Amino acid sequence: MIGLEHYLTVAATMFVIGIFGLFLNRKNVIILLMSIELMLLAVNINLVAFSSSVVGHGDLVGQVFTLFVLTVAAAEAAIGLAILVCFFRNRGTIAVEDINVMKG
Amino acid sequence: MIQADLSVILPEIVLALYAMGALLGAVYTGKDKLAGPLVWSTAGLMVVLAIFIASQPGDTRIAFNGMFVDDGFARFAKAAILVSAAVVLVIGQDYMARRDMLRFEYPILIALCAVGMMTMVSAGDLMALYMGLELQSLALYVVASLRRDSAKSTEAGLKYFVLGALSSGLLLYGASLVYGFAGSTKFADIITVAEHGHVTVGLLFGLVFLISGMAFKVSAAPFHMWTPDVYEGSPTPVTAFFATAPKVAAMGLFARVLFDAFGAAISDWQQVIAVLSVLSMFLGAVAAIGQRNIKRLMAYSSIAHMGYALIGLAAGTEQGIAAMLTYMVIYVTMNVGTFAFILMLEKDGKPVTDIYALNQFASRAPGKALAVLILLFSLAGVPPMLGFFAKFGVWQAGIEAELMTLVIASAVASVIGAFYYLRIVFFMYFGEETGDVETNGSPILSVALTVSAALMLVGLVYQFGIDSAAASAAATLVK
Repeated sequence: MIGLEHYLTVAATMFVIGIFGLFLNRKNVIILLMSIELMLLAVNINLVAFSSSVVGHGDLVGQVFTLFVLTVAAAEAAIGLAILVCFFRNRGTIAVEDINVMKG
Repeated sequence: MIQADLSVILPEIVLALYAMGALLGAVYTGKDKLAGPLVWSTAGLMVVLAIFIASQPGDTRIAFNGMFVDDGFARFAKAAILVSAAVVLVIGQDYMARRDMLRFEYPILIALCAVGMMTMVSAGDLMALYMGLELQSLALYVVASLRRDSAKSTEAGLKYFVLGALSSGLLLYGASLVYGFAGSTKFADIITVAEHGHVTVGLLFGLVFLISGMAFKVSAAPFHMWTPDVYEGSPTPVTAFFATAPKVAAMGLFARVLFDAFGAAISDWQQVIAVLSVLSMFLGAVAAIGQRNIKRLMAYSSIAHMGYALIGLAAGTEQGIAAMLTYMVIYVTMNVGTFAFILMLEKDGKPVTDIYALNQFASRAPGKALAVLILLFSLAGVPPMLGFFAKFGVWQAGIEAELMTLVIASAVASVIGAFYYLRIVFFMYFGEETGDVETNGSPILSVALTVSAALMLVGLVYQFGIDSAAASAAATLVK
């Protein structure tokens, strides 16, 4: 029997992979975008799992929330890629280690 | 029913429709030629809406089944957000026009950002909170990289985007946990579950994630790392915007969530806020010492100031919230003046941000130097200026709430922080004869600088009712 805790574990694992992807990745900005997407999908799994179990009894708020998150994630990816294109035009590279005009 | 709901969110609807209409209108007609008039009309509309919101009757109105709350606290924050956004739009216009970067998207994005900020401070539900926050953030990512032919500006936008998306992710993960363990996304339902002593581990985890997500947005240490780079890389008018309205909105959101949803469990989050506050104050004070770039310096200054404002939040009392709101209003006023000065600085038509260029500035422009001196003293919190009374207010609230350690730590931090403000004053008055910066720009900048500096002195005798307005706003939030 697959219960709530299994879903939460999968979501937590995905979320942590996403965070590690952001911080450990030294190669490519596209991977950062994928990591962000992974984090938001982990949240979606959480929301749907909660919506259909603990809260239960047809509480659809979590699933509606998921739809909002998906929509915003799409807008966010679009803006991220647009900024990335501008960055590439200026610098000719999208390697993470080259994002270093300003120190810090 | 729906009509009553719509009348509650009327200001947001008007501003959103205006932004979309302006976007269509500008695309189909003059494009960037319309940018100047659009800046003025957007600023004008924002001021009108701020007056409209401030003149609303004082009762609390709830719309969309508890998703949207329009109370005294929200109205105070919205008025502050709209007025500061309008002022920053106007003072930045000339700078952008002269450097050929005044695009028609800029005022429209700021208007959309303002809609997001207004939703944030009025949120009564985790969903409304998230939508408001994202609308604000997405607009800010774009304006940070507004200067798309500059490596610095696009890098600032990219860094802000990646770290902002991370913070949204953290906040969202917290929201999902809160939803799961409280059984609802509505703040009014969460507060009945989250009573002190009955806060489950899951709910506590959710709260911590929510707090860290919001700490990113107010740039409190240890979630501050994006601030210096984004402030330095963005065009200066955009940096001025970052340092004003979004900070008020993020602080408002912070208070809204902690009191509306977790107001029955204050002792569970008080320590976390206190730690964020101490770290921000000390980091802001120490890290700014080595900076030469005045925009980076202002970034660390804003981190430190957020630390002081967080003392009011950590107090967890009505007095604390009132002090926090007053602090934010005074902070925004000081920042508008300081950035008006930074916008003026240039040499041979190029903007200057190096503080060593200010050497002997007082002998060349004594009036402006005096105004900047007043503002810097006020930012440092030197007693006769209004900035000291902002700090005094949060200290009072902290002492009443028995947070002596926090108050003493903040006094120490403010002494350390005074060093870098006073160093600029030293350069201006007693520096070597090497400074060569000129001031140039529209008279609007001089007016903003003078008015803001004058307010720091006038505020001693007359506060324009900010104190009492903040107190009544706080009373509607803390029940």
